[in-house]
Amino acid sequence: MQLARVIGDVVATRKDENLIGIKLLVVQPLTADRQPAGRPLVAVDAVGAGVGEEVFFVRGKEASFPFYPAEPPVDAGIVGIVDHWDLG
Amino acid sequence: MQIARVVGTVVATQKHRKFEGAKLLLVQPLNIDDTPRGTAILAIDGVGAGVEEKVLVVMEGRAAGEALGRKAAPVDAAIVGIIDTVAIHE
Repeated sequence: MQLARVIGDVVATRKDENLIGIKLLVVQPLTADRQPAGRPLVAVDAVGAGVGEEVFFVRGKEASFPFYPAEPPVDAGIVGIVDHWDLG
Repeated sequence: MQIARVVGTVVATQKHRKFEGAKLLLVQPLNIDDTPRGTAILAIDGVGAGVEEKVLVVMEGRAAGEALGRKAAPVDAAIVGIIDTVAIHE
């Protein structure tokens, strides 16, 4: 999983039917010290995240698991909203 | 699998239910000479690792789910060992 900040959302009217009803958000991956890490990407939301929140997301087919038994064709999904993280 | 160092802990109240009770650690992947490589990632802790420890991390969904012991968990990285030593003989 990776830390990220939600920086936007995506609306797509015409899409795979398994994506209907699923929220699409734009996330900017973060380093541990909150710097941007690489390019933003689109992730589905499984936890009710919103713009401005710090989240963690999973990559790969596992991103579709929260929507079981539907199998949306996705490769990144937000699975947690971060309260805080502490560096040791 | 990859070698990484545990660099932090993460607290998230609102998360997918398959994460309930799981410990999330921030791990920094390492090169073989212990220098950091890439961005720190979050991994499920399957072995009781702690900050500063050098660990073995699987970065693949099915393996990570098995480390967590839960089917169909939306995870892609898990700590599966605490490393005592790494010896390169070449």
